[in-house]
Amino acid sequence: MSNTPEDLSYTKDHEWVRVKGGDATVGITDHAQNQLGDVVYVELPKIGDKFDAADPFGSVESVKAVSEIYMPVSGSVIEVNSSLNDAPEKVNTDPYGEGWMIRIKIDNPAEVDALLSAAEYEDYIKEESSE
Amino acid sequence: MRYIPNSPDERQSMLASIGLDRIQQLFEQIPASLKLNEPLGIGPPMSEPELLSHFRALAARNHVDCQSFLGAGAYSHFIPTVIDPLISRSEFFTAYTPYQPEQSQGTLQYIFEFQTMICQLTGLDVANASLYDGSTAVAEAVLMAHRLTRRNKVLIAGSLHPQYREVVETYTRNLGFEVRYLGFGSHGTLEPGALGIDKETAAIVVQSPNFFGCIEDLSRMAAIAHDAGALLIVSTAEAMSLGLLRSPGDCGADIFAGEAQSFGIPLSFGGPYCGLFATRDKYVRQMPGRLVGEAFDSEGRRGYVLTLSTREQHIRREKATSNICTNQGLFALMATVYLATMGKRGVQEVARQNFHKAHYAASQISKLDGYDLKFGGRFFNEFVVRTPIAAAEINRRLLERRIVGGVSLEGYHEDLHDCLLVCVTETSSKASIDKFVSALREVA
Amino acid sequence: MTSKIKKATTHVVQNESLLFEHSSGGRIGYSIPDLDVPETSLEESIGRDLLRTDDLDGMPELSEVDVVRHFTRLSSWNYCIDTGLYPLGSCTMKYNPRINERVARIDGFANLHPLAPAAIAQGALEIVYQLEECLRKITGLHAVTTEPAAGAQGETVGIMMIRALLSERGNPRKKVLIPDSAHGTNPASAAICGYMVETVPSDSEGLTDLNQLAVHMDEDVAAFMLTNPNTLGKFERNIRQICEIVHEKGGFVYMDGANMNALVGVARPASFGIDVMHLNLHKTFSTPHGGGGPGAGPVAVTAELEPFLPFPRIVRKPDGSLAVDFDRPKSVGRVRAFFGNFGVLVRALSYILTHGDPGLREATETAVLNANYLAHHLNDTYEVPYPGRVMHEVVFSDKRQARHGVRNLDISKRLIDYGFYPPTMSFPLIVNGALMVEPTETESREELDLFIDAMKSIDEEAAEDPELLKHAPHTTKVGRLDEVAAARKPVLRWTGK
Repeated sequence: MSNTPEDLSYTKDHEWVRVKGGDATVGITDHAQNQLGDVVYVELPKIGDKFDAADPFGSVESVKAVSEIYMPVSGSVIEVNSSLNDAPEKVNTDPYGEGWMIRIKIDNPAEVDALLSAAEYEDYIKEESSE
Repeated sequence: MRYIPNSPDERQSMLASIGLDRIQQLFEQIPASLKLNEPLGIGPPMSEPELLSHFRALAARNHVDCQSFLGAGAYSHFIPTVIDPLISRSEFFTAYTPYQPEQSQGTLQYIFEFQTMICQLTGLDVANASLYDGSTAVAEAVLMAHRLTRRNKVLIAGSLHPQYREVVETYTRNLGFEVRYLGFGSHGTLEPGALGIDKETAAIVVQSPNFFGCIEDLSRMAAIAHDAGALLIVSTAEAMSLGLLRSPGDCGADIFAGEAQSFGIPLSFGGPYCGLFATRDKYVRQMPGRLVGEAFDSEGRRGYVLTLSTREQHIRREKATSNICTNQGLFALMATVYLATMGKRGVQEVARQNFHKAHYAASQISKLDGYDLKFGGRFFNEFVVRTPIAAAEINRRLLERRIVGGVSLEGYHEDLHDCLLVCVTETSSKASIDKFVSALREVA
Repeated sequence: MTSKIKKATTHVVQNESLLFEHSSGGRIGYSIPDLDVPETSLEESIGRDLLRTDDLDGMPELSEVDVVRHFTRLSSWNYCIDTGLYPLGSCTMKYNPRINERVARIDGFANLHPLAPAAIAQGALEIVYQLEECLRKITGLHAVTTEPAAGAQGETVGIMMIRALLSERGNPRKKVLIPDSAHGTNPASAAICGYMVETVPSDSEGLTDLNQLAVHMDEDVAAFMLTNPNTLGKFERNIRQICEIVHEKGGFVYMDGANMNALVGVARPASFGIDVMHLNLHKTFSTPHGGGGPGAGPVAVTAELEPFLPFPRIVRKPDGSLAVDFDRPKSVGRVRAFFGNFGVLVRALSYILTHGDPGLREATETAVLNANYLAHHLNDTYEVPYPGRVMHEVVFSDKRQARHGVRNLDISKRLIDYGFYPPTMSFPLIVNGALMVEPTETESREELDLFIDAMKSIDEEAAEDPELLKHAPHTTKVGRLDEVAAARKPVLRWTGK
């Protein structure tokens, strides 16, 4: 069973968001990394890049699959976890910690309210896997 | 049919075992109106001796016994005898793409060796397992430069092989590219002034030795490209030149896209050949084509696998770096066996002989009345000769003497109608060069 | 467990290091004459700054014996069609006749320069011309180009031609439709031609869903790319209606001919109503796969698309001789240098002439019989997600074995121990845990029976000893290699470190 911390917000594309003031940290969920298998490469944007909510901002690769990662809310990139270049396995071993991907400045805080809670996300993945 | 093991009776009993009695029942899913109810019209089968006679008669209409001085993207070099028996081993030529590494280590290891030697020759960090040919390799390089720079303009040397140029045009036409051609000067090489490079330029494409055989100043072009934030793509159709000339990587090239035919691959009327593609480590994820990498099993034994496959069409589909699937595997093996056999010494010796023989021929020809060298520049094994009468007419007269003179440049550039592109490799003896020079004198 | 394995044995496998690792200074593997012309000064003619100074450091130095042993040992680590059944679905691994190799090596072909004047290359031009004629008869279409170097390049050429014709009509359109069962080259080729790709779902039988196609098909769609028989081995029996739906909205139908070996002599694609298709000479016409290539991907088109074929074209002149025609104003252009993979064309023509009309049909019928024989005899053991009669290949899934935690990869790796190459697993994407099996006409009943026995035995092992499968293969030179580590820190060349 995958781990879904209570204090984070989630998207249906399996990203998590940790909001702090006007900033947010983004990564992919434990469930997502489980589905994907061993991560071998993470492609991330540059600092300063701006994205709308639901835009792809990067991708995460296993040996035989690629998944795009989507912006949970609109914003601009203020920090990138460049340590994933050398150690992409952090996405598998610590998805909510050292496996974080980007930090963004949120454009519109109201968008945060539309994200899923931990409970809602867990219900969503249960529904998805029963399909 | 000797290629079908099961006899008609055996096939009948197999049919019976699946509950059918006529082979036609297997095709019931095809609506009757779509079925073919007549023979194809190709004719009766040919027996083995009849087939051989048929092809021998066709081959006899190709005159390969003439002394030839043709180059221009396909080169006559000596092919060591060991290559054919080795590449003809069933295990190599009747195997598929090495998708299952445990049963394909032979193929995977030679591709790794091929990649390594192409890196060594080109001075670049990473080479792929081959593309179709030199022309499509250049087209792929242009597309890759676009992905890396997100720019849409490409500057192409007018001295790039005209057929390569046409292929780049075909591949870029539908993608909103601006393709601009750069002229060449009196030395047959690029004039670095006024290239028109700007912040929209993805890459400069230069061939060296270029279509006229002239050696370009790649370092200078690299500096110009890099100053504008563009990439330098270097091509060569005559890979043997790598044995003598400073490598593209050493000169600052970002991508090398060339042709390996010179490395042990028969002329075969233009194909199959073997496209070469190499680049810098930092660009590897935008490379087209297959890559083989080192890997270990749980007991620590070394092997090789196809790797970084997420770039490719079978995984990334419409977002892949290229649509290439089948490449030129067996011909990459030919090049690998060639380079292993010739080795460090042989490749340099052959390159050296090409240089000396071509320069000897050029100096003898330029002494003839009415003939001179069109470009004064530096060349490897090909050069452009200005002829006293139309080059096509010279060729026609040479052919009567069973000599294929060179490529008449009439069709390629309008101001080169009296020019012949002559190639001299190590396969021409001094006697045959002298005979060619005499013939040129006689036909003028 | 070994008693069940009848085809393979364990035997000595020679080790062999990389070329570079047993290179030794001073060894020579070549022999060429001494230079017989006066030397020219390299430094004066070329200049020190443009010359190599690294003495090709790192390139190997080996004797001829070293080279022959090296590659012979490497070859012994490969499985190949001459070893036995190579059931890769959609890849059509059939016997590569030796006579074709002999023919391609005749001096007059192997040593002919592509720029030799047409007058002294009539035999080669005749080969291209005759092969195009044969492929016209086999497809029923109006014209054929043999320029494309492989199937994927054929797809590019076909879609480019459609784009050129639509552009001439005033609108190249925006999208290409592709079924969800398609091979990955289809979307990649459409993208190279500047199109967006939209996926059309298959129906419960694994065929194109006509209603879905009608929904997706509009005036923005340039083409529908369809493989027929499709990648599930099913004939798209509604192909005429499919063509009508697409044509009605002004689009074109591109048929991927990767599976044409199921149709040669039995049905001609022209009668389906398609507009353009490619053929894989290295599949249907048995030119060797060569460990990844070369192939050839000729493209056949209707009369409407003929003006857009790539140049050069080989044309018959009134005097009966052949000429090379570059004057093709509507052509999509040149797609590779010279005349395509000529050596592959020679082999394919040799294959076609050897078979003749009856042989080509017999090959098709036997390939379909062999696929149905396997499908029938493995039907009780492996799940067939889209049941029913198949053409040249059958797609199983690992659904039943997955209950024991055994996946398609494990079944495949265990097949290696039984002396077989595994089936295709990477597609069709609509089958979870796919095992796509194509036996071709090359296989004898004994070889097919050995394969059936092996698959049944593996199914039993999956229940009794799943770990045996998860760690397979056990008999190869190397075991499963760590592809994750290889991709995380790629080592793509030897550096001596």
